[in-house]
Amino acid sequence: MELSKDTLTKIDEVIGRYPEKRSATLMVIHLVQDEQGCITDEAVEWIAEKLELQPVNIYEVVTFYPMIRREPWGKTHVRVCRTLPCALRGSYKTCRTLEEKLGVKEGHVSEDGEFSIEFMECLADCGKGPVVIVDEKTYEDVQGEAAEKFAEQVKNGTLAKDRNFTSYEDGLAKPRKKTVASKKKGARRK
Amino acid sequence: MAVAKEKRIILKYADAKGYSNDLPCYLEHGGYDMLKKAVKSKPEDICEEVLKSGVRGRGGAGFPTGMKWKFLDRKSGKPIYLICNADESEPGTFKDRQIIYKDPHQLIEGMMISAYAIQAKQAFIYIRAEFFEGARILDRAIAEAKAKKLCGDNVLGSGYSCDIVVHRGAGAYICGEETGLIESLEGKRPNPRIKPPYFPAVLGVYQCPTIVNNVETLCNVKHILEMGGDAFSKLGIPNNTGTRIWCVSGQVQNPGYFEFECGALTLGEMIYDVCGGLNPGRSLKAVIPGGSSAKVLRSDERFTGTLKDGTEFDWGVTDIPLDFDGPMAAGSMSGSGGIIVMDDSVDIVEAMANINAFYAHESCGQCTPCREGSLWMRKISTRMCSGGAREEDPDLLVSVANQIEGRTICAFGEAAAWPTQSFVAKFKDEFIAKANQPAPDDDAEGPARLRLI
Repeated sequence: MELSKDTLTKIDEVIGRYPEKRSATLMVIHLVQDEQGCITDEAVEWIAEKLELQPVNIYEVVTFYPMIRREPWGKTHVRVCRTLPCALRGSYKTCRTLEEKLGVKEGHVSEDGEFSIEFMECLADCGKGPVVIVDEKTYEDVQGEAAEKFAEQVKNGTLAKDRNFTSYEDGLAKPRKKTVASKKKGARRK
Repeated sequence: MAVAKEKRIILKYADAKGYSNDLPCYLEHGGYDMLKKAVKSKPEDICEEVLKSGVRGRGGAGFPTGMKWKFLDRKSGKPIYLICNADESEPGTFKDRQIIYKDPHQLIEGMMISAYAIQAKQAFIYIRAEFFEGARILDRAIAEAKAKKLCGDNVLGSGYSCDIVVHRGAGAYICGEETGLIESLEGKRPNPRIKPPYFPAVLGVYQCPTIVNNVETLCNVKHILEMGGDAFSKLGIPNNTGTRIWCVSGQVQNPGYFEFECGALTLGEMIYDVCGGLNPGRSLKAVIPGGSSAKVLRSDERFTGTLKDGTEFDWGVTDIPLDFDGPMAAGSMSGSGGIIVMDDSVDIVEAMANINAFYAHESCGQCTPCREGSLWMRKISTRMCSGGAREEDPDLLVSVANQIEGRTICAFGEAAAWPTQSFVAKFKDEFIAKANQPAPDDDAEGPARLRLI
């Protein structure tokens, strides 16, 4: 199994944080999944060897947690909150709108592999539901007409540019000084 | 009488203009002064202040934190661990996220003080994986703190060392249960452990004494040290000390999170005054006062009885005081502080079916009554909402719920059973009426229909 040098370095660093190697299981799984999109059988065996465990120890973890995947999601993954507070503000409708616009049913990946939707349990931002997480950014109050526009922007890959939709993360006050260099995510287009 | 004002202690700066989540900003606002004070004090003195403060856990059970710390097994000689439960997974709760994203250093300071007080060897933050950026913010904050000797080796030159490690979950509600969390942190399936013998304070992570505290609870420790246990215990009301961050969601005009002294206002004041009441033309139907596992309250219920201090009460839903004991006296609980409001447009059977789907999805599957029962409750209630309801269904649902409650290793069994038991008991007429209703047709009813399942 091929992993980037960066991921391998991070894996070793993460393992070193714990008093017992096995504790690093979930964190190592996250790192591998972040790079490969899912945890294959090969990855299960690789992680087991890395942590000096049996493959079954990894397999039982991989198959338990909802956010660990055996097959990758689409290039853009959309998580819609299904649980009561969001449902009370229309998340079922929001999910349906997204399904129609993106051409994929929740729980599935579109044929071209571009989009996937997951109708998830509580995302812990219940005040301003329906909550939708696109990749790693959390958007609030995605309902009604806004949901239609939102879905359109997700489809066109222009959500980040639309000022009508600011994610919870982007709405935070910007740190004053760069005290510790943070890793840049994704190179900007020239 | 005018409604009490918010008293922001923990969220004092979180939403203040220009306040950012970096170390320089935190230090400008007096950050880490309490840690400096802490490392000059005796650990047992800090524990004593926490005990005196009467602060109760903010995660859901409301157990006194000082008492929890007292239960630590210090005789075994094994290392002690501190875990911050940042799994924030109870539906209706979104308070910890505000602290993690907007004021992470407050949490780290609270944790370092607590770690020093219990003399922990290492500390962990177990954060839910959906907080992608939250985990990065905490990682960055810890690195900043370490660079200034506020965390890690030889904290502020005191000779005390403790590292904080951020550990991400992977989308499982059961990891909010402290022994399930510990199993997950050990790299296993998060099947909760049976108590006794696995009380974390004695046999926690790596079979060592462990304290698991909620994010808000650990932040409180900083403020307890700042004002002193006695002064803190005067905030709020006896046995319900300090402030609480209440999260209001659902069908009110201005949902959100609000920090009030315990007992400073009633549920009605929260809904109608603080949150602007219900949407125009709507009336209150039901409230779940403490996260989705708390028992539902019907808007026209009356609650009578005697409080612990001997005073008699006769409350309507809106009279229930917002503290730990008020919702408890009304037969429910304040849980994690997540207040879910439902108006008269809500199909109550669908609301329950929504909750049942949640618990069926989240049962870890370890105990048969919960694994099978939660699935049956989902099946029955979903069927009821798709045109297949029968008059005997409500009784059937309750019989399944009754066979889960008290028959499981962890409190998830109760969390899964209480919604069904209370929804059916309080809205039985609507459950029976379901039997005579046809299946809803989403297309025919147009986009206006609010679907909950």
